[in-house]
Amino acid sequence: MLEIRWHSRAGQGAVTGAKGLGDIVSDTGKQVQAFAFYGSAKRGAAMSAYNRIDDKPILNHEKFMIPDYVLVLDPALAFIGNITANEKEDTKYIITTHLSKKELLEKLPNLDEKRVYTLDCMKISQETIGRAIPNTPMLGALMKVSGMFEIDYFKNAIIKVLSKFPQKIVDANLKAIQRAYEEVV
Amino acid sequence: MSKEYVLKEVEFWDGAMASSQALRQAEVDIMAAYPITPSTPIIQNYADYLSNGYVDGEYIRTESEHAAMSACVAASAAGARVTTATSSQGFALMIEVLYQASGMRLPVVLNVANRALAAPLNVNGDHSDLYLGRDAGWINLCTFNQQEVYDMTLMSFKIGEHKNVRLPVMVHQDGFICSHTAQNVAPLQDDVARKFVGDFEAVDSLLDFARPVTYGAQTEEDWHFEHKAKQHKAIMDSINVIEDTFEEFEKLTGRKYNAVESYMMEDAEIAIVALGTTIESSIEAARQLREEGIKVGIVAPRVFRPFPYDKIADALKNVKAIGILDRSSPGGALGMLFNEVTAAIYTNDTKPVINNYIYGLGGRDTTIADLKQIAKEIQANADAGKLTTPVQQFSGLRGPKLSFFDMESSK
Repeated sequence: MLEIRWHSRAGQGAVTGAKGLGDIVSDTGKQVQAFAFYGSAKRGAAMSAYNRIDDKPILNHEKFMIPDYVLVLDPALAFIGNITANEKEDTKYIITTHLSKKELLEKLPNLDEKRVYTLDCMKISQETIGRAIPNTPMLGALMKVSGMFEIDYFKNAIIKVLSKFPQKIVDANLKAIQRAYEEVV
Repeated sequence: MSKEYVLKEVEFWDGAMASSQALRQAEVDIMAAYPITPSTPIIQNYADYLSNGYVDGEYIRTESEHAAMSACVAASAAGARVTTATSSQGFALMIEVLYQASGMRLPVVLNVANRALAAPLNVNGDHSDLYLGRDAGWINLCTFNQQEVYDMTLMSFKIGEHKNVRLPVMVHQDGFICSHTAQNVAPLQDDVARKFVGDFEAVDSLLDFARPVTYGAQTEEDWHFEHKAKQHKAIMDSINVIEDTFEEFEKLTGRKYNAVESYMMEDAEIAIVALGTTIESSIEAARQLREEGIKVGIVAPRVFRPFPYDKIADALKNVKAIGILDRSSPGGALGMLFNEVTAAIYTNDTKPVINNYIYGLGGRDTTIADLKQIAKEIQANADAGKLTTPVQQFSGLRGPKLSFFDMESSK
C-alpha cells in the first residue's frame, strides 16, 4: 500500500490532482482511492486530500493515514500546517516554495533531518498555464521523486484527464509537468 | 434518442458518480431534485448528461426536497421512471412524502448519501437519515463501496418496478466516505445495463384516460388497515424479487450479492455487525486481528428493509459474542441495529454475549485501530462468557469514556 497526503488550500486543485492521479493509476490495473477532508471550507481554507494505491482492493475507509509522500501545494502550509502529522521515518516531502531548499530548511529546522524535496509549483504554473494552479506541476515532481511512472508515459496519460480543457491549456499543463519534473530537487 | 456514453472496463469513480452513471443507464424519464450536500453531485452529474444528450428525459428543479419527492410521486403515478437523490435535512423534509410514495405503491428510486442531522449543523456522514426513514415503507438497500452503489442503483429499478413488488427503493451510501471518495468501479456498457434494467412498464397510469384510477384516496377505519397490511406484505414478499434480481445480476457480472452479507464467518468466534463503509474497514481490521489469533467475522444486512431476520439469525448462530455498531445517535435507547439484530438472534439456541457501540457520528473518523479495539472488547466478552462492560459504549469519542445500560442481570 502506497499512501499520499496532499496539503493544499481549497481551490488549488488538490482534490482534482488526487483524483487525476487515481484515474491514471487505475488504468494500469492497480487499485486506487482518492478522497479529501471536507467541511464547509471556502476557497483559500487549508484542506487535505489523500491517495491510497495498492495491488489488491482497498477496503480501508479510515481518514487516518501514515503517508509515504506528503505533497504541499501552498508555500505557507509548510509553515502553518501540520505537514509532518503521523509521519514515518522515510516519509518523503515535496514542498512548493519560492525559497531554495537550504533557505526553507533554515526557516523550518524541524524538517532538517527529513527527506525533503522542493520546487516552486506556483511560479511554474504561472509561467506556463498563466494561473497559480499548482496541482499538475506537483504531479510532475511526484513522478520524479517516486519514479511511479516514466514522465513521458505520465504526460501522455494525463492528456486524457485534462481532455475537457482546450488544447492550449492541455499543452501548458504538459509544459508545467515537464518543468516540475526537471526542477524538483 | 440518447447518445451512447462509452465507458472504460474500469472507471475511477466516486460513489456519487457511480450512482449518476447508473441513473443515466437506467434511462430515467424524470429526475425531480433539490440539491443538498453530499448528494448534490448525483443530481448535478445527471443534469449534465441530460444537457449533453446522454439521457432522454426531464429534470425538474423544485423549490425544496418536499416538492422534489412530491413531483416524483406525481410523475411516477403518471407513468414514468422516476428518481431523485438527497441527504440529511433534505431527507428529513421529504419524510412526509416518502410515506405517500410507498402508500401509493410507486416505484420511485431514491439515492441517499447518508449524512448527520442537525443540530449542530454537520455535512458529514453518519446514518441518522437512514434510520429516520426506516419505517417509511420503502425497500432499503445498503452499500459498502462505490461499486456496490453502481450495482444496487441499477438493480433498484428492476426490483421496485417488478409487478409483484411496486414499491419505492432507497439506495444508501455513506456521505463523503463513499459519495466523494473515488475508487475503481467496473461498470457495464450502456446496452448491457439497459437490457438488464429493462423498459419501464407503467401500471395504473394516471394519464391512461381509457382506464381512470385514483391515487391518494382517503381510507378511514374501514380500509386503511387493509391497505397498510397489504403494503407490509408486499415489502415482506419483495425479498424474493430482490434475491432473484441479485442472482440475475450475478449471472451477468459475476458479482454476488446476498440479503445478508457475511465475511470470514466460517470459523469466527466473535462477530461485528454494522452498516456502510464500516463493513469494509472492519474486514481490514479482522484480517489484521486474525494474525493475532482473534477470529472475528463480519455480518451486514445488505437489504435493510425488508429486514432479513432469519438470515441474520442464521449468520450469527455460531459465535460466542457479537458487537453491534450503530452510526446514529439513539436519543435515549440502545441503537436501532442493536435492537433489530438482537431480536433476530433471540430464537437461536445459542446465546452469545452482545453489546452495542455508538460510533462515527457527524463523520468522526472510524479508524482500523478503533475497530480492532472494539473486536478485542468483544473477544473479552466471549472469553468471560458475559459482558465485561456496560451494554452500550461510545467508540471514537473524545473526553471521558461514555457508556450506558450497565445491567445488573448481565454480570
